[in-house]
Amino acid sequence: MAGKVKWVTDIEKSVLINNFEKRGWVQVTENEDWNFYWMSVQTIRSVFSVETGYRLSDDQIVNHFPNHYELTRKDLMVKNIKRYRKELEKEGSPLAEKDENGKYLYLDFVPVTYMLPADYNLFVEEFRKSPSSTWIMKPCGKAQGKGIFLINKLSQIKKWSRDSKTSSFVSQSTKEAYVISLYINNPLLIGGRKFDLRLYVLVSTYRPLRCYMYKLGFCRFCTVKYTPSTSELDNMFVHLTNVAIQKHGALGSSGCIAWTPRPFCHQEDYNHIHGGKWTVNNLRLYLESTRGKEVTSKLFDEIHWIIVQSLKAVAPVMNNDKHCFECYGYDIIIDDRLKPWLIEVNASPSLTSSTANDRILKYNLINDTLNIAVPNGEIPDCKWNKSPPKEVLGNYEILYDEELAQGDGADRELRSRPGQSLGPRGGRSRDSGRTVLTTWK
Amino acid sequence: MLQEESDLSLIIAQIVQKLKGSNLYAQLERQAWASLQRPEIKLESLKEDIKEFFKISGWEKKLQNAVYSELSVFPLPSHPAAPPEHLKEPLVYMRKAQGSWEKRILKSLNSMCTELSIPLARKRPVGEQKELLNKWNEMGTDEPDLSLFRPVYAPKDFLEVLINLRNPNYENGDSLSFRTHLGLIQVPLKVKDIPELKEFFVELGLTTGQLGIDDSTQVPPELFENEHVRIGQKVLAEQDSAAAQQYIRQGSPTALRAELWALILNISSQPEDILYYEQLKTNVIQHDLLVDSLIYKDVKLTASNDDYYFVFEDYLYQVLLCFSRDTSVLGHFAYSSASPPKSYIRGKLGLEEYAVFYPPNGVIPFHGFSMYVAPLCFLYHEPSKLYQIFREMYVRFFFRLHSISSHPSLFYHLREIGAQPLRISFKWMVRAFSGYLATDQLLLLWDRILGYNSLEILAVLAAAVFAFRAVNLMEVTSLAAAEAVLADLSTLKVMPLLQIFLFATVT
Repeated sequence: MAGKVKWVTDIEKSVLINNFEKRGWVQVTENEDWNFYWMSVQTIRSVFSVETGYRLSDDQIVNHFPNHYELTRKDLMVKNIKRYRKELEKEGSPLAEKDENGKYLYLDFVPVTYMLPADYNLFVEEFRKSPSSTWIMKPCGKAQGKGIFLINKLSQIKKWSRDSKTSSFVSQSTKEAYVISLYINNPLLIGGRKFDLRLYVLVSTYRPLRCYMYKLGFCRFCTVKYTPSTSELDNMFVHLTNVAIQKHGALGSSGCIAWTPRPFCHQEDYNHIHGGKWTVNNLRLYLESTRGKEVTSKLFDEIHWIIVQSLKAVAPVMNNDKHCFECYGYDIIIDDRLKPWLIEVNASPSLTSSTANDRILKYNLINDTLNIAVPNGEIPDCKWNKSPPKEVLGNYEILYDEELAQGDGADRELRSRPGQSLGPRGGRSRDSGRTVLTTWK
Repeated sequence: MLQEESDLSLIIAQIVQKLKGSNLYAQLERQAWASLQRPEIKLESLKEDIKEFFKISGWEKKLQNAVYSELSVFPLPSHPAAPPEHLKEPLVYMRKAQGSWEKRILKSLNSMCTELSIPLARKRPVGEQKELLNKWNEMGTDEPDLSLFRPVYAPKDFLEVLINLRNPNYENGDSLSFRTHLGLIQVPLKVKDIPELKEFFVELGLTTGQLGIDDSTQVPPELFENEHVRIGQKVLAEQDSAAAQQYIRQGSPTALRAELWALILNISSQPEDILYYEQLKTNVIQHDLLVDSLIYKDVKLTASNDDYYFVFEDYLYQVLLCFSRDTSVLGHFAYSSASPPKSYIRGKLGLEEYAVFYPPNGVIPFHGFSMYVAPLCFLYHEPSKLYQIFREMYVRFFFRLHSISSHPSLFYHLREIGAQPLRISFKWMVRAFSGYLATDQLLLLWDRILGYNSLEILAVLAAAVFAFRAVNLMEVTSLAAAEAVLADLSTLKVMPLLQIFLFATVT
């Protein structure tokens, strides 16, 4: 059926709309017949909800999986990863191998995390083991660094204790649920500054798992210098690197410690030209130059590994609806031993642009995403095999393709884990010379 | 024959003299004394045995590296009766031009000083010293009011001076000659033409492997890259400066670059070097100089806004503030056409015994100066090492980019190669392309500066860019449009362009 793709969105961002228009797609409202809907996470909830939801037809595609929150809610992500690890352990998989301290060798990529108030007592036990540690409290359902604070004393989170007299009924509900994670107080610093990595990952299907990594991820730097001293706990600029916070200054939050902007952190610190960001290529160049090629390659391999493992962890519980694809924003922190840690996954990575470069990057991101999700820009048929030809990938590269991996024999996976002797170069994508993703499966 | 021999022995004598004052000499002496304990050192053959010991233990190599290092900046042998200023710059009219340029700069600095009623230098009160020491690693967070300061000069001012250079002895007979109207720079100097450049840069030829070309993702690493890395590791193991310099002409692997540059520049972080840097830091803490504000302003205007270098803002202060106070930098004026500006204690104008060099290192920073340091931050994250590398790069290379001389390095190439040196290419050259190229490309370019011990590659690259944007350039009708065509070098791949320009273009 020839015709133009009809699109709807409830996210009014130019990087989206320009991409739709350049394909000659036609804008419609959600009440009309549409083929492509770029939804906010609230909308996807109602589309797939039991009461208000409706069936999607074969020629309709949406940009979220119905239960993406299994990955993108902080508490559920941790829960799924813990479950996944236990399952692998039960099967006796070598992936679940542990070291002499009981730490997973290959699957320890999320900082120790507990749910509050549910795991309060477990948390207290862990906290007492290392009383000088710092922990970070994050509300489960919020983004952009809102409501986040640090603690280093049990008294600071008294109100989450289950048997505390001060805990009200309200704080027990899921709306106020928090996760508390061990704070990484030895982040890798560059130029004395802390940063985190934002990487974009596109998932077209969970079973079989097929995911793509956007080559142009970036590092987000803090405006001010990082010092691990406790007096800095109240300077959230240092600790939080979310660009939204850097841009707007103190967002404030009830119940958190001294959320006051320091005198030298004013809004003008947010530089309008580079926006405090580095490309992943810059990071690579810097690390290779100062640390060497092997450890840098190992770091990047590990980053790819943890992303794939996180997706594998939620794959069994994901509603692998064929009308869906999703582009996630992965937040990763690297510590000073060059170990990457998965902090969180965002279902709706920000499409706001802070600089001209940023705008170009996000425009291209959407463009490449649409090329993969909606082949040829034509009216989609959700029954297609979701295997785009190599030429349309743009700046994406295949991160993991379960079908391809299984085709080459399952034992390949076990042989080339990070930390073991790596498989031969060019193992998977033989025809593309060298890619960064070929040293393991 | 005799003249050459005596030239050579003169050079040897001078280098020996220079090295005798160095730390290496003291170390060699100590090593020689200590070696007497060794069983293989026999009294009868003392000299030969010690020499052999030096060879085996690697000390001879260190000495070779030091000699090599001295030779790389050594001025060309000249007539023994030549006055010292002749060594700096043989052409009189150039000396005069450089002299008046320096006067202009100093005048500008002094007038800024008077206008703002700020002294050129002042001792900091103790409280301020303490504060600065605490903030040493994050001076970037300071927001001093710099609105009244302006850079003392910018590359375009320097270009104006160069354009107006005229050799009073040179009569250009046909004043309407096409050639003289082509280039902006009118000075007739002997520069290499393309065939000579091909010979000079022979290692960049089409049949030689290059990093920056033959390590791209389409090329299997077994063809060139792996072997090249292996050789690089060997060169580093041997610690041979000369070999490293030869090796790096084909580019340096990213992982080896920091060490290779240090080897070529003969930088090894000894405790004395770290102490020296700490001493400079103390000078910064104790005294405030007017040029400090110029440095702050420059960093804030240039590096802080750069996509690659903003991260290293604080390192730049730590290097440049110390650099201004480093009197050892004055040594390079012996072979530079420039001279350090002199200032006089208040009220004692003209009295030589009250003259001091200002700033202490004799170098007044200009707009963009911090960009010489910025790329180095990708390689060295230890401040004293970063400092040493930068200082050596400056006294070997960068100083030539902002002084008027007949040294066969620079701007005059553009005219000879037939390029159109618009003002924009001049900006590239003065900064050695820092801030204009992507960092990985810039580092590949600077590899070749070190490899050939010459800045000529900058002129060749500028000409190459012109040649390849020539088609686009021919369609423009205004200077502004021309500059727009040339403005963005951020996606340029340096090595393929150089290679094609030098070796694959029909001239």
